[in-house]
Amino acid sequence: MESQQEHKFKVIGTRPIRHDGVDKVTGRAKYGADISLPGMLHGKVLRSPHAHARIKSIDVSAALALPGVKAVITGADFPDIGDNLVQVGENFVNARHLSQNIMARGKVLYDGHAVAAVVATSPHIAEEATKLIKVEYEPLPHVQNVLTAMKDDAPILHPALRTGGTPEKSDKQTNVANQVRFARGDLAAGFAAAAVIVEREFDTTMVHQGYIEPLNAVAQYNQDGHGTIWVSTQGPFAVRELTGHILQMNRGDIKVIPAEIGGGFGGKTTVYLEPLALLLSKKTGRPVKMVMTRNEVLRATGPTSGSHIRVKIGANKEGKITAAQVWMAYEAGAFPGSPIGVACMTVLAPYDLEHLQIDGFDVVLNKPKTAAYRAPGTTNAALGVETVVDELAEKLGVDPLEFRRLNGAQEGTAQPAGPQFRRIGFLETIAAIKNSPHYQSPLPKSENGKLRGRGVASGFWINAGFQSTATVSINTDGTANVVTGSPDIGGTRTSCAMIAAEVLGLKAEDVHPVVADTESIGHTDTTGGSRVTFATGYAVYEAAQDAVRQLKERAATLWKVKPEEVVYQDGAVSCTTNGNESLTLIQLAGRLPRAGGPVTGRASVQPRGVGPAFTTHVVDVEVDAETGKVEILRYTAAQDVGKAVHPGYVEGQIQGGVAQGVGWALNEEYYYDENGILRNTGFLDYRMPTCLDLPMIETILVEVPNPGHPIGIRGVGEVPIVPPPAAIANALYRAVGVRMTELPMSPPKVCKAITEKRG
Amino acid sequence: MANKVHVETTLNGEAVEFLCEPRQSLLEVLRDVLGFTGTKEGCLTGDCGACSVILDGRISCSCLVLGVEAQGKNIQTVEGLAQADKLHPLQQKFLEHAALQCGICTPGFLVAAKALLDRNPNPTEHEVRYGLAGNLCRCTGYDKIVRAVLDAAAVMQGR
Repeated sequence: MESQQEHKFKVIGTRPIRHDGVDKVTGRAKYGADISLPGMLHGKVLRSPHAHARIKSIDVSAALALPGVKAVITGADFPDIGDNLVQVGENFVNARHLSQNIMARGKVLYDGHAVAAVVATSPHIAEEATKLIKVEYEPLPHVQNVLTAMKDDAPILHPALRTGGTPEKSDKQTNVANQVRFARGDLAAGFAAAAVIVEREFDTTMVHQGYIEPLNAVAQYNQDGHGTIWVSTQGPFAVRELTGHILQMNRGDIKVIPAEIGGGFGGKTTVYLEPLALLLSKKTGRPVKMVMTRNEVLRATGPTSGSHIRVKIGANKEGKITAAQVWMAYEAGAFPGSPIGVACMTVLAPYDLEHLQIDGFDVVLNKPKTAAYRAPGTTNAALGVETVVDELAEKLGVDPLEFRRLNGAQEGTAQPAGPQFRRIGFLETIAAIKNSPHYQSPLPKSENGKLRGRGVASGFWINAGFQSTATVSINTDGTANVVTGSPDIGGTRTSCAMIAAEVLGLKAEDVHPVVADTESIGHTDTTGGSRVTFATGYAVYEAAQDAVRQLKERAATLWKVKPEEVVYQDGAVSCTTNGNESLTLIQLAGRLPRAGGPVTGRASVQPRGVGPAFTTHVVDVEVDAETGKVEILRYTAAQDVGKAVHPGYVEGQIQGGVAQGVGWALNEEYYYDENGILRNTGFLDYRMPTCLDLPMIETILVEVPNPGHPIGIRGVGEVPIVPPPAAIANALYRAVGVRMTELPMSPPKVCKAITEKRG
Repeated sequence: MANKVHVETTLNGEAVEFLCEPRQSLLEVLRDVLGFTGTKEGCLTGDCGACSVILDGRISCSCLVLGVEAQGKNIQTVEGLAQADKLHPLQQKFLEHAALQCGICTPGFLVAAKALLDRNPNPTEHEVRYGLAGNLCRCTGYDKIVRAVLDAAAVMQGR
């Protein structure tokens, strides 16, 4: 591996126009819901109106009798698959749970749980037919609070569930699916050495990724047993794997064609509609399209966990943390699998700690099964740690950035999960914020009597590697095609093309990136974990190097020399032993038929050198003490981005992550009534930030190259969502003197806290 | 099927006629009857703006308009923005500023921005934010969208 510092990049670091851009500004890009096939039918799902109930009977006869209805499926139509752990990336998913989540068997476990699906000649007829299905329910007691769900006398969702991760096997019925512990050092001794200890408890509610494109799937089952699925997904290979397990089909008999994807943020990494559409197509012999409404998206697809978190941190007079303890219970939703494991890995990782203990619990309750959401589990955890750190700094009279610098992780620091960090840029992000125009300028005084405050917080995300495949083929005109299996959610087609262009000495515009289906490219794990530009980009880098190697061989054949006598530089081959011989790639491409044939570089990789991401944010807020409304006046984020391949899209990831974090901080929440029914099932009440709610979001790209990547790339997409709630809570404290410990910090809660403080 | 209504309208400057059920929204007609899938569905409740079209000069959520209401109207969609050989300045600036990530909200933003610049060719940043507040974007944090619209306005004003 070459040293990145010596690299002078020509393409990487520039801002070319994205290759799929024109399609996306003209309306030509085809998203899943835009796909239409001859003879296509439309499917709709009937969903549970109860939080927890036994299904006593389902009568579909009236629905089937409606003209235009072609078939109805219920849980009885799905094969009974036992517990079956399927590897998706580095996570294991129990296919039995997944199958029960996309279609209830025997019991409904949350408001919105699928009970039946109808397919008809129009979506309107299908929807009418769902209303004709008669389901007899026996309502059961439900539980929606994570602490209540952990109690011995709580309503039980899954009678067979036993807690995993414990030293001793228990035979007790429980809603605690799993527990995790990381510990080192001597906690009691650590706290005994502290001059100040801060201990607080935090509550956060479920929040949704809020992608603008509802989930969709189009499926065609062929009479030969093969099926094709067109879908907006982050993981076409995961869709193939999971659908295959759920329907008991060979994975090779399913082809998944990724459509353009209208946002995902982790939410489109699993299956909901795909197996239903394929099964309905099998029943009818016709292509079937299914698209969720926003109501369905919010009620029945995975949000991220709500949580209860306790944080206790002590520090000595010098401002060094002496001990830290964190206890976190995460809502998994109706089936096991919250991001508690990764939350335990990330929660204290920004700090260099001798004595620590982290306990985590994965708890099922009567809410939708959670799915990944941008840095899963880490934003809620950071609210706890980063506000407690702020309070410690305040009590010790230390600047909060200085406190973080004193305790911040750097190269060699052992993470709570064990491994030591390689070169990371946490301290650099702290310094970047400290020196930023934002932090260096005083907080402007309010002219309207409202209260203002400035807060900082930091964030960490581990990032992912996983598996990727790429091919780089040379066209007859000396341009190149890059084929990958990574759906492009925010510009990664272009970052991959830029990496190939850099290696081949081409312009970014001369490389044509393609996202291929599951039969046209080797296995590639899901777009997630901020991994595409890192890992798929790694595959592209290796594939382009493979193409260069072949180009040198072709030139050697033409010149009748050895390949070692050929060098490739700046898009041209030349001979080291005969200075007269040189060809541009355009010239060589035209001569390939006489030099041994076409050139296609390929690589399948599983890169281990994942570089984690750190970031530090500063925010100025203004609080209306009368209404509790919080306005974001100014926001600056400094992030270690390794090497920014396309700085415009790196900035975009940061700005978008901050915006989602602001929404999580101030307004977004899953609001359930006493019957366990979700009450805010549209964008009017599930209140995401609009452009009027936000200022420009300033970004500082700190480039500390990842030593584990040939170009120094680190994942950048997820970490920016981590600090905003904590940074805003810290700013709010500076403004009004109240420590907020609940998300969202919505106007009623802020107003109440201010009123209580004023007595 | 006998319940379908015959509608004559103008779509992106061209006379168009179609048959639709009275219950079909203009969004559904555009996408599923006429095949103009550039206009997107995000919520069906008028809260996200992904389905924005310009209807007789006014920005409208096509999910809240019935197809039959298009009778005699003038509809502009994202497909009508570009000329044969040239993108609209808004489209060009969205590309130059990296103002889209997933792109699902982009057609709605472009149409809303066009409607804004049609009536206010020289908006301030706050006026842009106010004019686009009916459109949700979950990817960008709006920063680059606002910059792209301001830049497009400047270009269109010859500045």
